[in-house]
Amino acid sequence: MLLNIENLSKSFGGLKAVSNLNIEIREGELIGLIGPNGAGKTTVFNLLTGVYDPTEGKMLFQGKDVSGLKPYQVTHRGMARTFQNIRLFGDLSVIDNVKIAFHQHAKYSTLSAILRMPGYFSGEEEMEQKALELLQVFHLQGKAREIAKNLPYGEQRRLEIARALAAKPKLLLLDEPAAGMNPQETHELMELIRWIREHFQITILLIEHDMSLVMGVCERIYVLDYGIIIAHGNPAEIKSNPKVIEAYLGEEVI
Amino acid sequence: MIVSKWLNRKNVFGLLAAILFYAVIQGSILTDILPPFYKLNLILICIYIILATSLNLINGITGQFSIGHAGFMAIGAYLSAIITAKLHGPLALGLLVGALVAAAVGFLVGLPTLRLKGDYLAIATLGVGEVVRIVFLNTEYVGGAAGFTLSSKINWSWSFWLMVLSVVIMHNLINSTHGRACISVRENEIAAEAMGINTTKYKVLAFTFGAFFAGLAGGIYANYMYIIQPMTFSFLKSFDILVMVVLGGLGSLTGSIFGAIFMTVISALLASFPEWRMVITALLLVVMMVFRPTGLMGTKEFSLNFLRKKGERNAA
Ligand SMILES: Nc1ncnc2c1ncn2[C@@H]1O[C@H](COP(=O)(O)OP(=O)(O)OP(=O)(O)O)[C@@H](O)[C@H]1O
Ligand SMILES: [Mg+2]
Repeated sequence: MLLNIENLSKSFGGLKAVSNLNIEIREGELIGLIGPNGAGKTTVFNLLTGVYDPTEGKMLFQGKDVSGLKPYQVTHRGMARTFQNIRLFGDLSVIDNVKIAFHQHAKYSTLSAILRMPGYFSGEEEMEQKALELLQVFHLQGKAREIAKNLPYGEQRRLEIARALAAKPKLLLLDEPAAGMNPQETHELMELIRWIREHFQITILLIEHDMSLVMGVCERIYVLDYGIIIAHGNPAEIKSNPKVIEAYLGEEVI
Repeated sequence: MIVSKWLNRKNVFGLLAAILFYAVIQGSILTDILPPFYKLNLILICIYIILATSLNLINGITGQFSIGHAGFMAIGAYLSAIITAKLHGPLALGLLVGALVAAAVGFLVGLPTLRLKGDYLAIATLGVGEVVRIVFLNTEYVGGAAGFTLSSKINWSWSFWLMVLSVVIMHNLINSTHGRACISVRENEIAAEAMGINTTKYKVLAFTFGAFFAGLAGGIYANYMYIIQPMTFSFLKSFDILVMVVLGGLGSLTGSIFGAIFMTVISALLASFPEWRMVITALLLVVMMVFRPTGLMGTKEFSLNFLRKKGERNAA
């Protein structure tokens, strides 16, 4: 078991954003977390990555409790995320965005940087090479020197995923990666996500608001509504679940 | 070979330019052509370049708003002066100890205060700077408000090459993975943490390096000026340094160098009308806010990129 969330709850004052959450993810799975607006999906990511401390419950990642860790420590343990509202290093180049996420794996010290020792040059060369390789996967290698905030929206979303992968996570957390994309871009993104999972051999937890999208790529889906898991199963089971249909009432399922 | 990597065209050109400039000034000092007033201001420029670039490391590169730089300068100044003048130790030892103690204080102060954000951090650093000054003001051993005198041991060569060394070290730090970590804190702290950057560590790192070089500049200052007094290191000094950084562009080392040169020259020109200095400084800031809010250079560096071969340009 890669991730084991047990009875996790989070309250903001009187509001229970997440209550009694139980999620299990095995290595290599591609899992969906869906639910209507304000259901608590992003809060789950914020709890997992140490942005918030849980009010109750446990989160075991590779068997070890990660609650109480700072966000950067969680990343060092092997989880990396993207943000629903894009948070790139906007004024920096595309390639620098990726290199920053490589930092924890950097192979030279501050001293060797200051004295420009051989380790600095080989370390920088390696980072440059790996960053370009990663950008290539996302068809961004041609834009490596461009300023991140000048990229079109869809490319900014892809760059966020590339940056998260640079942290070399075991579990990749994607928060509505297709938000704001047109159907064509969304379709390509879903193909890409599938490909990433195979190629990098990682586990992915994907938040989506749009159900039809998740149905296509995820093996299992958790449905969250008002902070509570109301359904869990494979796409076929979720589609026909009356509770899910009710939660999404008025919205078109599939 | 490592040496060939150091000596790319850009670095060779920079080194030659530095040697040439140094030699011209040194020659005119040795032949008594250079009036003392010019020599004084050239040395002040070196001191202010170290101060401005090191404050930029904290404020511009890492995005933490500190306005207590004169406090660290004072620590370096007093400590080095005590070693050279009172204990008759060697100059290099005095400068080193002054800078190291300033760095140590920066580290200890930085740990708790850098958790504060924006205005609160500014107020805390301002407070620290004033506390340092008041401690020296009330210490009999260093002469209280009157300060104490020492013999001038710093010359043009020391000031210039220490300045070059400081700028090279800061440049090398900024252009490394550790420098990028600092920049990521400025750009987006939440994203930096999420990408595995220990943001507290890099804030403290930048603050400690900044304090180190402020201490070094203070040591050069004290050992050139014959006399040091607490008044020299008041809030106004911190403000002067901040103006140089803001004018040159927060985040640009070359901008800070321009800012330091420019403001020192302005002060020198207005030496007989000191009251006008503040007026002109204020006007400059207003004009800049209106026409170029990011400062002369923004976060960019003045670059000699055209000197490099095509391949090199992309790889660096
Ligand atoms: N820091 C916070 N302080 C107070 N309330 C919060 C905070 N963060 C989230 N909430 C509340 O918790 C609930 C769940 O929010 P969350 O952002 O997790 O929803 P979501 O499922 O991601 O929704 P969306 O699809 O709109 O992104 C909402 O009611 C929200 O207002
Ligand atoms: Mg959300």
